[in-house]
Amino acid sequence: MKVLAISGSLRRDSHNTALLRAAAELVPPPVELEIFDGLKAVEPYDEDDDHGPGPVGARRLREAIESADAVLIATPEYNSSIPGQLKNAIDWASRPLRRNALWGKPVAVVGASTGMFGAVWSQAEVRKAAAASGARVIETELPVGHADEAFTDDGRLADTDLRGRYVEVLDELIALAEQVDLPTAVAA
Amino acid sequence: MTTAQAESTIPTGTWQSDPVHSHVGFAVKHVVGTFRGSFGRFEATLSDASGQTQLAGRVPAESVEVKDESLQGHLLSPEFFDVEQTPEIAFQSTGIKSEDGQVVIDGELTVKGITKPVVARGEISGSAPGPDGNERISLDLETKVDRRDYGLNWQMELPNGGETLGYDVTLSVHLELIREEA
Repeated sequence: MKVLAISGSLRRDSHNTALLRAAAELVPPPVELEIFDGLKAVEPYDEDDDHGPGPVGARRLREAIESADAVLIATPEYNSSIPGQLKNAIDWASRPLRRNALWGKPVAVVGASTGMFGAVWSQAEVRKAAAASGARVIETELPVGHADEAFTDDGRLADTDLRGRYVEVLDELIALAEQVDLPTAVAA
Repeated sequence: MTTAQAESTIPTGTWQSDPVHSHVGFAVKHVVGTFRGSFGRFEATLSDASGQTQLAGRVPAESVEVKDESLQGHLLSPEFFDVEQTPEIAFQSTGIKSEDGQVVIDGELTVKGITKPVVARGEISGSAPGPDGNERISLDLETKVDRRDYGLNWQMELPNGGETLGYDVTLSVHLELIREEA
């Protein structure tokens, strides 16, 4: 089973990318966690460009989601909301409805911020947008506040309770992926 | 010319729904108004072949019809009918009786793989031959369900507070049924 991990932050030393890397040691084998590295290259959504497989950046995103059994998204919070490039990616992955990459796909959302709230609003908005795209979104959230102090030098979550909650999120996502028969392309 | 009058007598025989002259719909509060939708495909049978009159109906959930493509897609998604996993909505009566001039049908409604008892009330007409000579009756039924009982929990908070979509859903079934040849 493959879980595609998408960080909503483009920054090299992103806390949210770190949060995804921390998941790698928490998923049970043989689950494979692959971190998507092409978010910055996803073109701005334009319906005029959305024909066939789409432009190269969006196509790579769509193919990565389609080839995964589940998706784990880590999101920062910008101005109390979802980062634009992450929302843009969800928009590409949401079209066309019922034949889109996210349709029926199990999705979990986590988030980290340097403030105390751990991007809870942004997580809620990512869950809403993913669910509206037809994804099968788990409701459990994982807010990681004070993210600049949240990780050990070797990249693990320092707080054992938080790590345990992360395991619960990942277990729920994997259980959902095992339970769901993902649809193949549905005729419009 | 005479037309069949509403009555509460349960007819004998087997009757199949005429899809062209029947309608299966739903209504739910939306912000301040009432949002209505329907299902384009369905089949219903009223029959006493088992010795007891029964009504059975099946609706492909993906035949839901609303006036916006995106909304239709959302209704098909896991947040609503989850059509890939649970493609069918079904009804099976457990008892049909006449009560105070109405027909009252107890039954089990299955939506999104969850089966709950419901009671539908309405009217059934006497029979009359249609232009094709086949005997026809009408059966108009209505019931109300809480969509959360079937796992349809979606909600969105309004800008000034309150909920976008109501939880009580009125299901309305207007059937014209044709007598099946014995």
